[in-house]
Amino acid sequence: MAKLFTHFRSNAPVIRLSVPFRQALSRLSPVLMLMLSLGCILIGRADQSFDDQMRAGLNDILAPAYMVFATPIQAAEHGTGVIGHLFSLSEENAQLREQNAELLQWQEVAMALQAQNDALKASLHYVPSPMPQYSTGEVVADTGGIYDRSVLVLVPPANGTPQNLVGAVAMDGRGIAGRVVEAGARSARVLLITDLNSRIPVALGASGAPALMAGTNDPDPALIYWSPGQPPAEGAMVLTSAQGGAFPPGLPIGVVHYNAQNDPVVLPLADLDSLRLLRLFSYPDNLPVLTPIPHTKPAATPRHGKR
Amino acid sequence: MARLPASRRRQSIWRQLDAAARWAMPTAMLAFGLFLLGLPLHIPGQALLRPAYAMGCVYFWSLFRPASLPIPLTGLIGLLLDLMGVTPPGLWALLLILLQSATLLSRRRLVPSRFLFTWAAFTGFAAAASLLAWALQSALGLTLLPAWPTGLEILVSAALYPALAAMLVRAHRGPAAVELA
Repeated sequence: MAKLFTHFRSNAPVIRLSVPFRQALSRLSPVLMLMLSLGCILIGRADQSFDDQMRAGLNDILAPAYMVFATPIQAAEHGTGVIGHLFSLSEENAQLREQNAELLQWQEVAMALQAQNDALKASLHYVPSPMPQYSTGEVVADTGGIYDRSVLVLVPPANGTPQNLVGAVAMDGRGIAGRVVEAGARSARVLLITDLNSRIPVALGASGAPALMAGTNDPDPALIYWSPGQPPAEGAMVLTSAQGGAFPPGLPIGVVHYNAQNDPVVLPLADLDSLRLLRLFSYPDNLPVLTPIPHTKPAATPRHGKR
Repeated sequence: MARLPASRRRQSIWRQLDAAARWAMPTAMLAFGLFLLGLPLHIPGQALLRPAYAMGCVYFWSLFRPASLPIPLTGLIGLLLDLMGVTPPGLWALLLILLQSATLLSRRRLVPSRFLFTWAAFTGFAAAASLLAWALQSALGLTLLPAWPTGLEILVSAALYPALAAMLVRAHRGPAAVELA
């Protein structure tokens, strides 16, 4: 066996070194590498921006590659349905016609409400909130780990300066999916609302009672710190709250539900298990000092200087 | 064989290229597999698969073809795993190197033994690495993280290994076999 082993080594394309030196190197390299990786952990711990930069750099390189591989997968997912669809075409058409009629009724209701809303706003001299800038990106990778829930979004580089995207609110077609925690030139990592580190101030129901939505890594984030007198009502709408200034008010998140342990949780509106497209809304003026995620480079603090 | 021993023979450039490609195969396969597991495949528990895959590959190659997976490369793979996910960079590099060192130390006993034994040994190593990951992440985050995902990670690693080994054995005998170049 040992003879065979040296035989492999001689064939291996390594730089030829003297035998004792090579032996010493191979004996030292585990220790050396262990120390290196420990050093890496400590550097990352001391200087958060160092590993943010490394991650953003790697993501920028990987995101287009992910895109190349993700496209045929999506095409296949769409493609497999085609033949099945042919059989249920007439059924589906009937169903769609029915839904269309129903939606047209709702459209009339919506237009009436819009008119009423406009009239009321006009009489109140209501100042509309400014339209946020947004960029749309495709979800190319699921970058979550054991203790985190995040996705990687490929953002076209034409959309403004990339730094603007950090702190942007990510929404799918229905509701809030998460927040951008790190952005490179063409990719952005979105921390989902289900992540253990996610804390979002919310307003509950019509009264807008404040609470905090905390991710638990489970599909449904928990509701905490609601005022004792006003427990969240089952089925109440959960919207973002402007408290803390990290989010603009009134964006839809989900619906209150009491789980088997009788704890209130939020059923997210966004389809977090199969995100495809995300819109990233930047509210540059809304980001205050309290924001947990720095949207500008933190200035060097004396904390990092000496230790 | 009437030919000269391999170390004395002058090899053609194609042969050297072939040998180099075969030598690099395990690392390339490991890195590419990690990349593929990042795609939005919508498999439940996909996040658990990446560390499990990395641990399985490192264990297998350290057992059966240690020359093809030098420790610095393992460190780089670990760093890739960290940077692709959100774990502190260096954490999985550390754990994979520890796993590899432990495997290399117990190699003499593990290689000739039966599959069930190597499987059990892998489960032990993976459990130790996962628990260490949990402890380190808890310590670095200064919060006690829930332990059940770690338990799940250990189960997934153990369940994944036979399938992974079946696949890697083929690679070991075919495209990764440097001696066949």
